[in-house]
Amino acid sequence: MYAFDFVRPATLDEAVAALGGEEAQALGGGQTLIPALKQRLAAPATLVSLTGLPELRGVCAADDGTLCVGGATTHAVVAAEAAAHYPALAALAGNIGDPAVRNRGTIGGSVANNDPSACYPAAALGSGATIRTNTRDIAADDYFQGMFTTALEPGEIITEIRFPVPEKAAYVKFEQPASRFALVGVFVAKYADGVRVAVTGASEEGVFRWTEAEAALSSDFGAGAVSGLSVEADMMIGDLHGSPEYRAHLVKVLTGRAVIAAG
Amino acid sequence: MTKVTMTVNGKAVSGEVEGRTLLSQFLRDGLGLTGTHVGCDTSQCGACVVHVNGQDVKSCTTLALECEGAEVRTIEGMANPDGSLSVIQQAFQDHHGLQCGFCTPGMVMTASALLAQNPTPSEAEIRHYLEGNICRCTGYHNIVKAIMAASGQDVSHLGSDAIAAE
Repeated sequence: MYAFDFVRPATLDEAVAALGGEEAQALGGGQTLIPALKQRLAAPATLVSLTGLPELRGVCAADDGTLCVGGATTHAVVAAEAAAHYPALAALAGNIGDPAVRNRGTIGGSVANNDPSACYPAAALGSGATIRTNTRDIAADDYFQGMFTTALEPGEIITEIRFPVPEKAAYVKFEQPASRFALVGVFVAKYADGVRVAVTGASEEGVFRWTEAEAALSSDFGAGAVSGLSVEADMMIGDLHGSPEYRAHLVKVLTGRAVIAAG
Repeated sequence: MTKVTMTVNGKAVSGEVEGRTLLSQFLRDGLGLTGTHVGCDTSQCGACVVHVNGQDVKSCTTLALECEGAEVRTIEGMANPDGSLSVIQQAFQDHHGLQCGFCTPGMVMTASALLAQNPTPSEAEIRHYLEGNICRCTGYHNIVKAIMAASGQDVSHLGSDAIAAE
């Protein structure tokens, strides 16, 4: 790692001020950023740890029926505390990485990084979540803008993510066994006004909504509704773990499995 | 350099570290606690797992300064006060849960965290919880068996052959 200064603000205002500094970078749980720093893929002058901000931690059910998760809430806490409100989200969180990673990694870090194979972006997009920052609310549909690219401005901090709780939902991940990232992961959520299907791990453009499946499942919520559909391999990721065609096929298969799992 | 203070295995310790100093480096190089092993240094292998405020974390992927004021426990803090092996450590010995021993500190710390939250885990739960700990010698069977035995459960059905046949 290149040298950097480390600061751990106690308030959101202090964190915002620290992130306004030259070459400052926010640090969540560090489970992606610290390995990236070790590889010298990033060279911030200052790391601003967000884990000391109590208002960014925790899970709560809001009056409007949404589930609010603080940006610095670890995967382990979401797995435990969201289970009663939004079981599919809790199950997703409880299967990210491994236990030690889940004890450090945070939802805000994952969503800010927007790794094309991360699990949380699928939950946020598949739930039509709202990404709340220190300055504004961003709809998930506007937030995810491609691989490692989001609507966040420099220095903007994710304080909370608000998930509308669906009638039924499930996330099915085809796991890349060495990294435990999603080779492909599909999040399906059924709401009163329609079904959302979000796919991670598959596209060169990062997490995306499979709108064709959403339309089919909105009129008939069963695995059979997607069996006749097909996914173009054009924009799919191809690497040593799977070809674009393989990933395109997995999108359909896993969507069907997620519908069955949602019940 | 910045001063960092924490409690390690019940003792208050402090030292001067850089922003980039990892917890694993502080423990090994700063405190001489070399029982915490660094296998991969890329967050894959779990040999460096320690407890921070009771939670198992990878010390190679945690900055020392993130642990300011924290309670840290390493493998050196696992034995009983009289120096005898803890139940988990003894079970690893009794059930041959190690061969070269490099991964063992991380395995024991992870097993300890698992049993703290799930005192009688099933075999499947143990295997799921060990996903972040890599062992290149044992094939895991005897590690799983040792953890199950440490939890006080009967392991007579967990012969190596029985598991291999699953």
